[in-house]
Amino acid sequence: MLIPVLLGASIIAFSLIHLAPGDPARTIAGEHASVQTIEKIRVKYGLDKPLITQYWIWLKQALQGDFGRSIVSNEYVSKEIWSRFPNTVELTLFAMFIAIIVGVLAGIISASHQYSLWDYSFMGIALFGVSMPVFWLGIMLMMIFGVYLRWLPISGRISVMIPFTRITGFYLIDSIITGNGAAFLSSLHHLILPSLALGTIPMATIARVTRSSMLEVLRQDFIRTERAKGLSERLVIYKHAVRNALIPVVTVIGLNFGLLLAGAILTETVFSWPGVGRYVVNAVQMRDYPAVQGCVLFFSVIFVIVNLITDIIYVYIDPRIKYQ
Amino acid sequence: MEQKVIEQGVTINKESVGGELLRRFKYNRSAVFGLIIILFMVFCAITADFIAPNDPYPSPPLLANKLKPGFWSEKGAEGMPLGSDGLGRCVLSRIIYGARVSLTAGFVAVGIAMVLGITFGVLSGYFGGWVDAVIMRIVDIMFAFPALLLAIVIVTVVGQGLEKAMIAIGIVYSPQMARIIRSSVLYIKEMEYIEVQKAIGSSHWWIIRRHVLPNSIAPVIVYGTLMLASAILDCAALGFLGLGAQPPIPEWGAMLSDSYSFIVSGAWWAATFPGIAILLSVLGLNLLGDGLRDILDPRLKQ
Repeated sequence: MLIPVLLGASIIAFSLIHLAPGDPARTIAGEHASVQTIEKIRVKYGLDKPLITQYWIWLKQALQGDFGRSIVSNEYVSKEIWSRFPNTVELTLFAMFIAIIVGVLAGIISASHQYSLWDYSFMGIALFGVSMPVFWLGIMLMMIFGVYLRWLPISGRISVMIPFTRITGFYLIDSIITGNGAAFLSSLHHLILPSLALGTIPMATIARVTRSSMLEVLRQDFIRTERAKGLSERLVIYKHAVRNALIPVVTVIGLNFGLLLAGAILTETVFSWPGVGRYVVNAVQMRDYPAVQGCVLFFSVIFVIVNLITDIIYVYIDPRIKYQ
Repeated sequence: MEQKVIEQGVTINKESVGGELLRRFKYNRSAVFGLIIILFMVFCAITADFIAPNDPYPSPPLLANKLKPGFWSEKGAEGMPLGSDGLGRCVLSRIIYGARVSLTAGFVAVGIAMVLGITFGVLSGYFGGWVDAVIMRIVDIMFAFPALLLAIVIVTVVGQGLEKAMIAIGIVYSPQMARIIRSSVLYIKEMEYIEVQKAIGSSHWWIIRRHVLPNSIAPVIVYGTLMLASAILDCAALGFLGLGAQPPIPEWGAMLSDSYSFIVSGAWWAATFPGIAILLSVLGLNLLGDGLRDILDPRLKQ
């Protein structure tokens, strides 16, 4: 299942440059290249060989992490992706963290106080949350908290005024390792608005699913038994109901990671966040084909891995699945 | 005489089914609310030439009117209730014309997704075997990409622009439609009346057209509506990234990307209102789609 999907994804990524209008060698060489340069590139990239051979060479290199050099910067695409990847990871994980905490809590409160004011307001907000364009929400947050209130910075990863040593590429982790408090605070400040923007849609979805799942569990017999036993309502909900209600929530979280990757493309563009999402948008705009190919393959690998992890966690949470 | 009674019985029964659906719809407040929002948007799109207060493409651009606030300010531009954008164009008029652009884009994209999705879904579900295996593998591969990324990939190949963005989104959504149709066809295929049709020698095409398709219409309507919501969102997203509608087309996403740099100088209106228009359309379609799901197919109720 995994292998054919990734192979298919690699074929899609590979065909990009051949499906695009025009001669691939000319595309790579750029508009103003001389005939000699184009010929050189044709030989260098093996574009004179049959397609199958080309695909094989490209795939072999891609499996070794070599997607070729960017047309724009002439750097290795893999290097460019790897240097940006930690930023995207920090952003998506932080966004998901906020989404899970707030979403699950809101869902539980809504379900345990069904038809209350809390329920109506949480679900009303959640309804708007799932219908919101993430880039617009980003702009609104930027406007309110960045421009008017001036609480938080509106773009970038860290303040340029602060010296920062790069070790792993994860700004939060690196600043802790080097004991750089100022850098930690600054990068955390820069992280808040983008991850709020990115996290809102999964937050809304998680809240809605948690609520409906909780309501279903709360109607079951064992909950009635526990209430009859005289267990406190708090214990019934947080110890017994929540555990059983979380299974569909995990699925939704897994599904939303994929959406989060797509959302990261938009959020990173709004907040000038130096991640892979913004890189792929720039690459598409500049028609930097090797970079687009690399990003496409990279994203699909991440996407597939995330789905796999979700499946594994699913079995871990609900052991019954194994026997089915 | 007896035949007439039967006929009457059938008609009465049919009416009551339609009436029952309509009654359920009327009592589904969120569906009605969603429908009202969508009808309003459609109204704006159709009558844009008459209700828009200003020309959405003034030429030459009225730069003297650049970034004037709207009705809430005394310094507001005259005749522009929602202010003007960076090229002095009326934001309200552009949003009204934008309804035409965005709704058309959504409908075209979902139309493409439906044609492709229904064709491949029916082929896959009805014939099974290797046809099914091949189609479903392709669907799996397409699901290995986040939808927006796949749309970006297609736009890279076919080029930027509104029409191309619509096609890209249509293609990206087709596997989802194909899966929905396939599962519905798989269910219908096992019904006894299909077996009867096969026994009396009906052709595959006849069975598909007369029996399979009409019976899979409910999920198509429900998911088509929800898909329209995401299509409008994704089309706006491509416009925002500069890969969809190109200026000066008044597309909501492109309007946002034109004007969001101005919020730093305090001109918040040009970036705020187009987003609200996107939000309302998507909200309306989501409400309508969820409502239709509850009404048409209680089995799908979450």
